[in-house]
Amino acid sequence: MVELALPKNSRVQKGRHHPAPAGAKSVKTFKVYRYDPEGTENPRWDTYDVDTDACGPMVLDALIHIKNTMDPTLAFRRSCREGVCGSCAMNIGGRNTLACTHGWEEVPGQTCTISPLPHMPVVKDLVPDMTMFYAQYASIEPWLHTKTPEPQGEWLQTPEDREKLDGLYECILCACCTTSCPSYWWNGDKYLGPAALLHAYRWLIDSRDEATGERLDDLEDPFKLYRCHTIMNCAQVCPKGLNPAKAIAEVKKMLVDRVV
Amino acid sequence: MADFRTPFSRAQGLGAAGHGVGHWITERVTSIALIPLVLWGVFAVLRLARSDYDMAVAWLASPINAVLLALLTVISFMHMNSGMRVVIEDYIHRKITKAALLLLNLFVCALFGALALFSILKVALSGGAY
Repeated sequence: MVELALPKNSRVQKGRHHPAPAGAKSVKTFKVYRYDPEGTENPRWDTYDVDTDACGPMVLDALIHIKNTMDPTLAFRRSCREGVCGSCAMNIGGRNTLACTHGWEEVPGQTCTISPLPHMPVVKDLVPDMTMFYAQYASIEPWLHTKTPEPQGEWLQTPEDREKLDGLYECILCACCTTSCPSYWWNGDKYLGPAALLHAYRWLIDSRDEATGERLDDLEDPFKLYRCHTIMNCAQVCPKGLNPAKAIAEVKKMLVDRVV
Repeated sequence: MADFRTPFSRAQGLGAAGHGVGHWITERVTSIALIPLVLWGVFAVLRLARSDYDMAVAWLASPINAVLLALLTVISFMHMNSGMRVVIEDYIHRKITKAALLLLNLFVCALFGALALFSILKVALSGGAY
């Protein structure tokens, strides 16, 4: 059932305030979701007044500044800090995006709200549990399937066929799209979600792949694929500018091509 | 309690049902069919609003009007059924509630669709006589 209100032990309470150091000239407030599922306390919003002269331009810079100088207990994932690894995906100012490529100045107002990716189990603070997301990605078998004996060199592909993978292969599996999708919120146990389906299409449209039919068989399902109602949140939030909704629409078109 | 099934096993679930494209096509086809039918229906209702009972019966006795009205009614109920089905599947997760609502959806649409269709045919074929 759709959950309209959070269960009692998940309601977010007011948390601690960490003031800016004395003498800070310009200050931006970061309102950050804090939660430790192993503890007994409810989640809470902690606020940090960050001296913006002392930290870099991106939200990730601010989070690292907070962890280094204000509160070492804050937990978040990060790695490449340049939008390639997808580790630091989180909800910033009400929108899923990568903390490393999103400037805190882009967030309007005095306060920048940061919470983990929506509707995922929280491991701690801004760290969501991505187990199911990765398992769903694995379930679409994201590798080349062939039956023809392997050629001496590489599997050949025309430049035109290679171009069909543009806008698909760039996906870094940050889960911004999948966790912004209401269909995934309500039916995430069965619906594969935009990221996994975009990758499914990436292999369906690959001219070298020889399992197109089997791949379509595995997708034709009222829940795995057809929970996509073209809500388009995925395309709106993708930090790489990709369009998972279009990829899903192409999969639906391929399924129609099989029967019509 | 967490069970010991692997995440991959849970992601696969019961596998793909192997249908869905038919329902998807039905949704589109009924939508497309309803565009001209609804436009015609609105036009017909406006026309009928200015007529009396006998004129309305005579209008419905015309084969083209009777058939178009029957199609409009039946396709509307089919479209409503498939749309409501998606809403129920989206939002209702308790098995028993879901099954009950899916049955209710089907039965209500079938009942009212059949009643409407029968009424149209009755007037069209009998000229409104009881």
